[in-house]
Amino acid sequence: MPSKSQGDKASLGLTLGAIGTLLFLHVPMWIIFLYSFTTDEATYTFPLPGFTTKWFGEALKRTDLWDALTLSLKVATLSTFAALILGTLAAAAVYRSNFFGRDAVSFLLVLPIALPGIVTGIALRSAIGSLQIPFSFWTIIIGHATFCVVVVYNNVLARFRRMSASQIEASMDLGANSFQTFRYVVLPNIGTALLAGGMLAFALSFDEVIVTTFTAGQQNTLPIWIFSQLVRPRDRPVTNVVATIVILITFLPIFFAQKISAESSDTEGGSK
Amino acid sequence: MTNPAIRFEKVSRHFGEVKAVDAVDLEIGDGEFFSMLGPSGSGKTTCLRMIAGFDRPTSGQIFLYGQEVSSLPPFERDVNTVFQDYALFPHMTIDDNVAYGLMIKGVPKAERTKRVNDMLDLVQLPGFGHRKPSQLSGGQRQRVALARALINHPKVLLLDEPLGALDLKLRQQMQVELKSIQQRVGITFIFVTHDQEEALTMSDRIAVFNQGKIEQIGTPSEVYEKPATSFVAGFVGTSNLISGEVAKRITGSDKTFSIRPEKIYLGPGADKPSENKYSATGTVRDVIYLGLYTRYLVDLEDGGDLVVIEQNLKTTSMDVLKARGQKVCLSWEKDHISRVGG
Amino acid sequence: MNRLSAFFFQRPKLVTFLLLALPMLYMLVVYLGSLFSLLINSFYYLEEFTGLVVKEFTLSTYAQLLKPTNLGIFRRTAGMAMAVTIMDAVIAFPLAYYIAKFASPRLRTYLYIAVTLPLWSSYLVRVYAWKLILSKEGILSWFVDLFHLNPALDWVLSIPGIGGSSLSLSPLGMFIAFCYIWLPYMIVPIQTALERVPKSLLEASSDLGAKPAQTFRNVILPLAFPGVVAGSIFTFSLTMGDFIVPQSLGTSRFFIGQAVYSHQGTSGNIPLAAAFTMGPVVIMIVYLLIARKLGAFDAL
Repeated sequence: MPSKSQGDKASLGLTLGAIGTLLFLHVPMWIIFLYSFTTDEATYTFPLPGFTTKWFGEALKRTDLWDALTLSLKVATLSTFAALILGTLAAAAVYRSNFFGRDAVSFLLVLPIALPGIVTGIALRSAIGSLQIPFSFWTIIIGHATFCVVVVYNNVLARFRRMSASQIEASMDLGANSFQTFRYVVLPNIGTALLAGGMLAFALSFDEVIVTTFTAGQQNTLPIWIFSQLVRPRDRPVTNVVATIVILITFLPIFFAQKISAESSDTEGGSK
Repeated sequence: MTNPAIRFEKVSRHFGEVKAVDAVDLEIGDGEFFSMLGPSGSGKTTCLRMIAGFDRPTSGQIFLYGQEVSSLPPFERDVNTVFQDYALFPHMTIDDNVAYGLMIKGVPKAERTKRVNDMLDLVQLPGFGHRKPSQLSGGQRQRVALARALINHPKVLLLDEPLGALDLKLRQQMQVELKSIQQRVGITFIFVTHDQEEALTMSDRIAVFNQGKIEQIGTPSEVYEKPATSFVAGFVGTSNLISGEVAKRITGSDKTFSIRPEKIYLGPGADKPSENKYSATGTVRDVIYLGLYTRYLVDLEDGGDLVVIEQNLKTTSMDVLKARGQKVCLSWEKDHISRVGG
Repeated sequence: MNRLSAFFFQRPKLVTFLLLALPMLYMLVVYLGSLFSLLINSFYYLEEFTGLVVKEFTLSTYAQLLKPTNLGIFRRTAGMAMAVTIMDAVIAFPLAYYIAKFASPRLRTYLYIAVTLPLWSSYLVRVYAWKLILSKEGILSWFVDLFHLNPALDWVLSIPGIGGSSLSLSPLGMFIAFCYIWLPYMIVPIQTALERVPKSLLEASSDLGAKPAQTFRNVILPLAFPGVVAGSIFTFSLTMGDFIVPQSLGTSRFFIGQAVYSHQGTSGNIPLAAAFTMGPVVIMIVYLLIARKLGAFDAL
């Protein structure tokens, strides 16, 4: 048991334990960065025999990587698009009225993320298979959309709840019909929530591998490519580079999404 | 009245079992400053929302200058609202906020700009156009909300407890300003409030609401001096209701009456009976010194009690406190009582 | 336009219905429909000779789960999930405690970002990181060499059930990777639960004569427990269903995820795969119910 001090300063043992955990969380990522510069071609030797940036160039030349990357980007974009529409519609409905089964809606939307990916994956595979639908680009998106929706939904719903409802009434009072009100008042208000939710959905989809393996045909998304390297390492140095790049691609949208959400500490014009 | 701005004909709004508004009849005149006064839940806000179009009557009809409007959505009514929380659009500048109604109607930009500036001058916020609502104080936002509503030249302006969040001084200042703007612009104002002092200050006429019904409509002095029901007597000012046996002994009739505390004259000991005055004797139970005036609670010999308020013209706190326990004679003019039903 | 809007304005219920229609249709048909089809499939069986799925109701597929190899798979997976949960709770606690009790508000924001940051990078890449670290020529081996711990490592690797041919292909390796990946999910709920413990309670405890260790055991630990349970929902469920880590860092001994993947793959034995999946689902439902009782949902 860590020993505790009485005062406001943590004991040495506790502080060391905390730092240790933090290091444990972060050092592995730094190691990947490190390895993307190694000159070693075949193994993961430590210490690194030498430093080079040539693997970055090598990676850029690989068509299979580009294909995988492009596929991942396309899938993520379309899944995000679907999630934006479905999520916003659902959030609007839940926000507007307290209808029968309202809690069930939230529960249903969160299930794909709450249940292990393998459940979603095998369920979709068995369903798609029994309907004789070929596994393809589109089946991947169908799978991704299920768990991306809730991310957008949560963001947009939270924003709706922070918006003062009287704005909508005020807009109609001033002569705008529902469509004009949506365009001039509602949309600007939820804009950043859509952006944040969309970016989170994008990152989620881009990184996903479990459901994707079950719903893809012959396609390789980038995570599937990495997974195959994990199981049967063939191109270690290039994989290191890819790993580094993937960290950046998934990190950046989430980072910006957080920033946007944090920044809208709201400028409510109406509240007192 | 001829061509009233608003007419309610047996308007009711039910929420299941609850009758928020119960068969209300009402006429509001053109150019009036009309207040709807009452406690929360009395139905006044629901009536306002039905005029604006955010709520539909369960039964009955609403007429705006003779046109039946209950089926029209809010964006098709020539009525504008100043909301309780101002409801300014946080993502737009003040200019855009105020111009919103004009923008929707398709008024060209040059004309919009001119009218917005005129409006901002009217509400005494010149040059504020480029700011955003978050940069304004509560009082300033309220004026922007007013400007945004008035710029559309609505036939009727609805105000839903707009002064509730302001501090006392600001509120009193806004009351005067609102009244003067209304007189300048000449539009019918319908003002909802639970603050009876506010209603008395600003209104041409007041409707006192209670539990979905209107208990009395009248000018401020009518409602105050001659309350029609015990509710009105109690809600607007202090009621001082005397009924039954005691009423009979003092006034000769056992019908409940109300007398306003400032109308009662407090004198020592014995009384001089007089033609146009009622009187009663009693003992001072409690005295509260309030600087400007003193409030006395007097137990009447005949039964019941009365609250008396007297301005402290000459007396000091020491003097008035001596009155405790004293025998006094209360008297007031016969005209000043109001027979109260219900 | 105004006509249309007015029409909708008078019918709010219709609007809500229309708004919900598309998303609900999608979720009900695609998602719930698939889950339902999976459940149904678990009651079919695969005819061995033809290799075709026979669509007749039977419990024989579930009966197959009771075979020793399959039971072993469940045991292995659940055991790993349990071990990972416990270890993560232990590792997470000091940091969670520090953040909740000793960090200034500013430091707390940074630390929160530091804890959730790994979650923002790709999950797959984080697994890959351990492949790097645990490899025979890799950084961990180098450390072991440095401290002349090779015999110890060999001994560990020879323990059945924990060791394997090398660190990067062993249950021990998987264990480390699992602990690493799910750690943030354990830190956050514990930290939240601890934040809710008012300082006055700790002061009262010491005021009444308890030594720091006793306060910890009698006051802090019980109050932090719901947070631990909340975090364990994640670690347990995620470990149960995972097949990436076992596939990358595991031995030939299957985990549930791998069993599901392999059965639906070449052999097309969807019924068995479905039956296997039901295992984690049922276990998770039971776990969630217990966790709810233990107050975990308040800590989320």
